[in-house]
Amino acid sequence: MKLYEYLAKQILAEHGVPTGGGILCETPEQVEEAARKIGPCAVKAQVLVGGRGKAGGIKLANTPEEARARAQEILGMNLKGYTVEKVLVDPQLSIEKEYYVSITLDGLAKKPLIMASASGGMEIESVPHDQIVFQHVELDTGLQPFLAREVARRIGLTGDLAKQFAQILTGMYQAFRRYDAELVEINPLALVDGGTRLVAADGRFNVEDDALFRHPEFPRVEEGTELEKKVKAIGLAFVQLDGDIAVMANGAGMAMGTLDTLAYYGGRPANFLDAGGGSGVEPTARAFDALLGTNPKGIFVNIFGGITRCDLVAEAIIQVKKAKGINVPLVVRMVGTNDLRGREMLAEAGIQAFTDMGEAAQAIVRAAYGKEA
Amino acid sequence: MAVIINRETRVVVQGITGSQGRFHTGQMLAFGTQIVGGTNFDKAGQTVHDVPVYATVHEAVEKGGANASVMFVPAPFVKDAAFEAIHAGIKVLVLVPEHVPTQETMEIMAYAQKHGVRVIGPNTFGIISPREKCKMGIMPNHIYKPGPVGIVARSGTLSYEIAFTLSNNNLGQSTVIGMGGDRVIGTNFIDALELFEADPETEAIVMVGEIGGIQEEMAAEYIREHVTKPVVAYLAGKSAPPGKRMGHAGAIIEGNRGTYQSKVEALTEAGVKVASLPWEVADLVRQALR
Repeated sequence: MKLYEYLAKQILAEHGVPTGGGILCETPEQVEEAARKIGPCAVKAQVLVGGRGKAGGIKLANTPEEARARAQEILGMNLKGYTVEKVLVDPQLSIEKEYYVSITLDGLAKKPLIMASASGGMEIESVPHDQIVFQHVELDTGLQPFLAREVARRIGLTGDLAKQFAQILTGMYQAFRRYDAELVEINPLALVDGGTRLVAADGRFNVEDDALFRHPEFPRVEEGTELEKKVKAIGLAFVQLDGDIAVMANGAGMAMGTLDTLAYYGGRPANFLDAGGGSGVEPTARAFDALLGTNPKGIFVNIFGGITRCDLVAEAIIQVKKAKGINVPLVVRMVGTNDLRGREMLAEAGIQAFTDMGEAAQAIVRAAYGKEA
Repeated sequence: MAVIINRETRVVVQGITGSQGRFHTGQMLAFGTQIVGGTNFDKAGQTVHDVPVYATVHEAVEKGGANASVMFVPAPFVKDAAFEAIHAGIKVLVLVPEHVPTQETMEIMAYAQKHGVRVIGPNTFGIISPREKCKMGIMPNHIYKPGPVGIVARSGTLSYEIAFTLSNNNLGQSTVIGMGGDRVIGTNFIDALELFEADPETEAIVMVGEIGGIQEEMAAEYIREHVTKPVVAYLAGKSAPPGKRMGHAGAIIEGNRGTYQSKVEALTEAGVKVASLPWEVADLVRQALR
């Protein structure tokens, strides 16, 4: 889960990282008040989308009145689908140079990874590799001060600035561990005050979803479309796609394989849905019902019954059919545990059931699109 | 022969008294696995399917001679349970649970490495060796048969599908390893390839991969240098859009990283036959073994 910039900076500040002392506001009046304290400022929309500056979500103001006017423009505006409810009023910085620093999880090395660069201010993906310092951290030793100083030296910092950088990096690492982050990023880390001081001009902090249970202190921010939120609330993995044949399968790999097979035969998948291994009748029925609600041209269900029992999946589908009716073509493919019984039940309910995945995929494409496929 | 586990493996089930632990203990016993005990600190002295429940893994090692553990505790307790198993001298650790916080998985891996422990998972269906009648995990019993094919997979049901097709085509399996769908895992493609290459029972290797990360690309590099046995692959996620997590934590295309195309190219260049559809794997394996 991504945290808003203001929250990211708040956490960083708590760990000794200078963040410029911005003030969070929800009304133009508050912004005017904040600007009176801060002086020339930047009014920054608090939304979780990239490129908010270009989209008009960051505006500069030199007087409190100007700040109030800019806030009136930004608060309530729609920024790439999100309504701006809060702004951060930050002091305007006179930046001499921009650095980059982040800590992420390196899955291959199985260790936290520090990335730092003297070429900051742009996306790290567009910085050439030889201009980035990569440094893993051993979990049992943690980030010792010497290593933070070493990273500082390797991005060309010396003297007091190197010590400031080392303190910032150490604070970032402490926050990274304490809050189960998957990303802590400062970009740009700005050199200000005539080249004497480093300050976090922007901050990103992503907490790992699987560790959120330990962090009730963070306000929950849900991303995704309304449909995605609805299906996820059932507890199932769901991704909306731009096609028109709804798909349900059990297991993430199987669900992906089903989309690919459908696409191979000319079908356009409307979604990824992992109905889970061993789910009961109720969640399966609710997931199926949600798919039906998207008005697809057809529905394709692909079940490999390992832990999942095919007869229970059949029961769930039939339950929805009886309760609401199914007015679009439906093809079910099921093999594995209790598949014979499952297919019998479906046949009795007038639903096409296959054992062969390829035949089933072709059948739904034909049924959904008529003769064109 | 098989890799990692065999008929001598003495398994303790951590979390044996929960509904999943209980159910799968029954399934593992039915397959022939030697289960010497389970653990639950508060329910020591009870039995589950006639298997004794011990208070700790240390006790299961002392009294039951356990040398491997399969874990069914809830994700927030996995770190403690894994450290307990490693501390007690367990050498093979199968972490079934999903949603273990990644930083904790990293701590488990560092501790396991220090003690020479083989970790499989987390977020895995486990490992099974049909000829050795040993399974540690949640895969269905009836779809496997003994034979020459080693399978290593990132996903469960998709690998079941492929194993079942192989079995139906009379191509049995030496060992099937579930790597797990998380970003940090104990045993990856390269580890499995190395084991299968050295295993006399294994004559062909099947990789079931998916989009996200660069594990398949690294495996391709390894195959080119070190693997002489034929390798067949199926990769899921060809039609997945970038930036979307497709169920598994690791299944996401980030920027240009982790695309289907890059994996297919790397594997093909390394001489791996890549199937376009899951059921084509059996044909490719048969051709490779001819």
